Amino acid sequence: MNLAATGLVVAAALGGLSAVVALVVPTRPRPVLVGLGTAASGAAAVTAGVAATGGQSFAVSLPELLPLFGVSLELDALGGLFVAVTGGVAVVAGIFGMSYSRHGIGGRSVQSVFPLFVVVMLLVPVAASVGTFLVCWELMALTSLLLVAAEHRQRPEVASAVRWYAVMTHLGLVSVLFGLLVFAARAGGDSFDALRRADLSPGVAGVVFVLTLLGFASKAGILPLHAWLPRAHPEAPSHVSALMSAAMVNLGVYGIARVGGDLLGGGPAWWWLLVLGLGAVSAVYGILQAAMSADLKRLLGYSTTENMGLVLVGLGAAGLFASSGQRVLAGLALAAALLHVINHASFKSLLFLAAGSVLHGTGTRDLDALGGLRRGMPVTTAAFGVGALAASALPPGTAFVSEWLLLQALVHGVAVPGLATAIVMPVAVAVVALTAGLAVATFVKAFGVGFLAKPRSAGAQQATESPATMLVGMAFAGAACVVLALEPAMVLPALARVGGVVFGSLESAVGGEVTLRLEGVAGVLSPLLLALALLAAVVVTVAAVRAPGVRAARREARLWDCGGGPMSARMEYTATSFAEPLQRVFDDVVQPELDVDVDHHEESAYLVRAVEYRRRVADRVERRLYEPVLAVAWRWGEAGRGLANGSVHRYLGYGFYTLCGLLIVLVVLR
Amino acid sequence: MLGLWRKIRRTGRVAEAAPPRPDGERPEAARRLGGSVQVRHVDAGSCNGCEVEIGSAFGPVYDAERYGARLVASPRHADALLVTGPVTRNMAEPLRRTFEAVPQPRLVVAVGDCARNCGVFAGAYGVVGPVSEVVRVDVEVAGCPPRPEAIVEALRKLTGR
Amino acid sequence: MQALLVVAVAPLLVGLMRQIRARLEGRAGAGVAQPWRDLRKLLRKERIAPRGTSEVFRAAPLVLVATTLVVAVVAPFVTTASAIDPVADLFAVVALLALGTVALALAGLDTGTAFGGMGASREMTIIALVEPTMLVAIVALSVRAGSTNLATIVSSTLHDPARLVSPASLLAAAALVVVIVAETGRLPVDNPSTHLELSMVHEAMVLEYAGPDLALIELASAMRLTVFLGLLANLFLPWGIATTATPLALLLGVLALLVKIALLGAVLAAGEVFLAKLRLFRVPELLAGSFVLALLAVAASFFLA
Repeated sequence: MNLAATGLVVAAALGGLSAVVALVVPTRPRPVLVGLGTAASGAAAVTAGVAATGGQSFAVSLPELLPLFGVSLELDALGGLFVAVTGGVAVVAGIFGMSYSRHGIGGRSVQSVFPLFVVVMLLVPVAASVGTFLVCWELMALTSLLLVAAEHRQRPEVASAVRWYAVMTHLGLVSVLFGLLVFAARAGGDSFDALRRADLSPGVAGVVFVLTLLGFASKAGILPLHAWLPRAHPEAPSHVSALMSAAMVNLGVYGIARVGGDLLGGGPAWWWLLVLGLGAVSAVYGILQAAMSADLKRLLGYSTTENMGLVLVGLGAAGLFASSGQRVLAGLALAAALLHVINHASFKSLLFLAAGSVLHGTGTRDLDALGGLRRGMPVTTAAFGVGALAASALPPGTAFVSEWLLLQALVHGVAVPGLATAIVMPVAVAVVALTAGLAVATFVKAFGVGFLAKPRSAGAQQATESPATMLVGMAFAGAACVVLALEPAMVLPALARVGGVVFGSLESAVGGEVTLRLEGVAGVLSPLLLALALLAAVVVTVAAVRAPGVRAARREARLWDCGGGPMSARMEYTATSFAEPLQRVFDDVVQPELDVDVDHHEESAYLVRAVEYRRRVADRVERRLYEPVLAVAWRWGEAGRGLANGSVHRYLGYGFYTLCGLLIVLVVLR
Repeated sequence: MLGLWRKIRRTGRVAEAAPPRPDGERPEAARRLGGSVQVRHVDAGSCNGCEVEIGSAFGPVYDAERYGARLVASPRHADALLVTGPVTRNMAEPLRRTFEAVPQPRLVVAVGDCARNCGVFAGAYGVVGPVSEVVRVDVEVAGCPPRPEAIVEALRKLTGR
Repeated sequence: MQALLVVAVAPLLVGLMRQIRARLEGRAGAGVAQPWRDLRKLLRKERIAPRGTSEVFRAAPLVLVATTLVVAVVAPFVTTASAIDPVADLFAVVALLALGTVALALAGLDTGTAFGGMGASREMTIIALVEPTMLVAIVALSVRAGSTNLATIVSSTLHDPARLVSPASLLAAAALVVVIVAETGRLPVDNPSTHLELSMVHEAMVLEYAGPDLALIELASAMRLTVFLGLLANLFLPWGIATTATPLALLLGVLALLVKIALLGAVLAAGEVFLAKLRLFRVPELLAGSFVLALLAVAASFFLA
């Protein structure tokens, strides 16, 4: 057995063991043991994944394990990447979860499902047959559903979130199921090897691709199938949110890459245009909703939609280039997309853990009620700051590097002959650019309003720092962010190997150690040098202002309040008011619901007693797309009620008439 | 736009020639500012006559800016306060706080008779007293209202140009 | 060396622009060196730590200056040979400048005053719209050069000057001018000499700064203006820039840069005399217009190639 195999087996065994341990040990040590077990399982998975992306592979077939189709697993470079990312997130989430056990989530069921969720997530990218894949996919949905429901006793909103998630994820499953079954039926076998060898007609291949794309896109939170994401992610316990938002959504991307690229072998340009288009719309819409959001975790959830959108833009561009024979650019775009997957996993787990820490310390995640946390929770503030810098695509942050690669791929793509690229690439560049700009505003809001300034509520005022294990979890994630930001060249060889799995042999698109040097097209960037230059400039500036003649001492003075009374926290800008100008700018897109109530004194209509301002930014896609569907379903249900009035005779009659009808149909068809 | 351009061409330079540099002693703190004085104006209860004159002191004709003085929006950015009017009860504390907000070295210019000795408002029930009773005053400008030349001269004492 | 030049010239450029405005308004003006006098004085003044502010407030001026300094070092102003070539990427340069703005916005929020938050909110709205325009305009420029590296773009323009009068280049230039005006907080987007808090954008964020901190911020905003004008000049009028490291070529490069920046600054200042500040909610329309221009530039660079 090689390292990849050992790592994977150890990871699965540790995860299973933790689940059993959670069932038998008493309440007090349970979260610690489960957390340790999950973290260890994650660490083993990282080892396996890294080994797999390093060129090792591992295949096993256990035909007796499940009835009908057995279990068949295979770990290759593509799977290895996602195993490593999932494992990494599991490590930090496990450590964080040790002390993040508020009421309801220290229980036996939740604690034993948590490691199981990690294990099935590790198995999804390893599955090597349609049957195994679908079983793992469904188990992943079920376990995550149970975890989202963990706090349903404390908060009634959880139940609604769970319903949405359950329905959407199963609709996605049905779509993937149909797609893969059609595929397997045509291929004459359900192992991925058989699927790879299958020779499908373009029509069938297109149907398979679109069906699976719908299912996988719903898992990745892509528009218009994102509605569950901003509901379920905020309501889950925070380390589970981190796992879902940083690891589970990636598997949607994995599915598209595996089925579209590897199994179906590329395909025509329109597939990838569709992927790119969905990604572009999701990116802009997601970040716009995040910019409007005043709920910290909802904001992060929408930001996941945005980042997955960016990944799909990269993936779509890669497919597009590959289908037109531009191997170099395809490799570049794919490397950008996969690097963004890794980066997103690192900073989003950090951000969700920090949000969990805030929730733990203050009891609220409403940005309008937070503020001033830097005093009570300095480590959490620093962690969120690192994550926000990474997420806003500014140097020296992680997302800057992957978005730079993505932009390079798109820029050089403009020069590729072909009408499709000529129209799509500039628009895609504009989308990525708009997303980058809005992301900056969003995360300045989240960090500035949430953590700086004065506390806006008693909870924020009395915030205390979280226990050490939570801080350690955040520290690990933060370290990953920093390392990825400064030395992204580390993971690039692995990405090249993954690219080979997805679109056949691709040349290594990015090389260099300190400096990223694009191969085949012009372009260099050195994140490390950039950070060093920035540091040097800060040092020079500090030295300059410490020069003789400049006063070093600071006098403490009251805030400039125009000489009036002391300023209260009510006079501060809140998250809602911070986003107000942007909301006005994008009025037509977000269509907020505004409600202004002015209460007058009795004596005169000119004397205002109170003004109440309410704003709700509803998800417009949801209102336009889901509500009509739900309304139709509701009407159907109402109509169905008329049929079912409780009379047994009637029901017997229905059976009789149906039988007769079927017989008549059979007679006619014969 | 073309009309404006023609107007600019026709008008030419409005600023009057600079009068000779005012003599008389300069406050010690002004020496340390080195020819650049940012000014924050505080209306401590004025009738707005002095404001009109300050406005014209910084207008094109007298152009106080050419001597290195500039009006700013925050006392934190300022070196000098330009206080007008007798200090009313409501403005005494804000004036003190504004003075505190100015980083050292800092100066106070009392503009107009009201700011110097309460002028016609002396003894009124809402008046605390002249500016010098609330904060330390470095330069005084007499007049009700003072002429823009006098205000410019006081500012030139601060900038030394 | 290039950074020193930018630091030295930046306040003079601001002084020049103020002087030109003063002359057009019929005033005498304070002289070109006045901003330097202001900076000297501010550096000697007392530092103030407003109660309730944190390290973010103290670090923001440093970050603002540092980002601009890095850009001043790497961008091709005097010579096409960049000091740190792997950083001289247009995307990196734009993102660095945005980082400085973000630092200042966080400092504005950190004070917890209503004006600080207001300035930060407005600045972020503007930058959220400026960034895309800037990036798309960059793409329009880099498509022809085949690279987003600044030195490569500049030298490829030097070799093929005919490209400058192409529609793509002209549209991109127009778009860039609009966003540079917005980004540096000049009229008609923001009025740098306003005293009315409610109409402030940039000024509102820095209301709490005093003494040396304020000096850093003023220096940084002057440097940003210089850097932006220098970039604009060398991207569209690269003549005179040194391509070799001989002293004569470098001297010529310095002179050419000074002349170009001074000319652009003069045009900008003269233009400002004719403009009034736009209402805040009209600014996005202006920026959206420039975004469309930039997008057209990219399209033109392909279809009219």
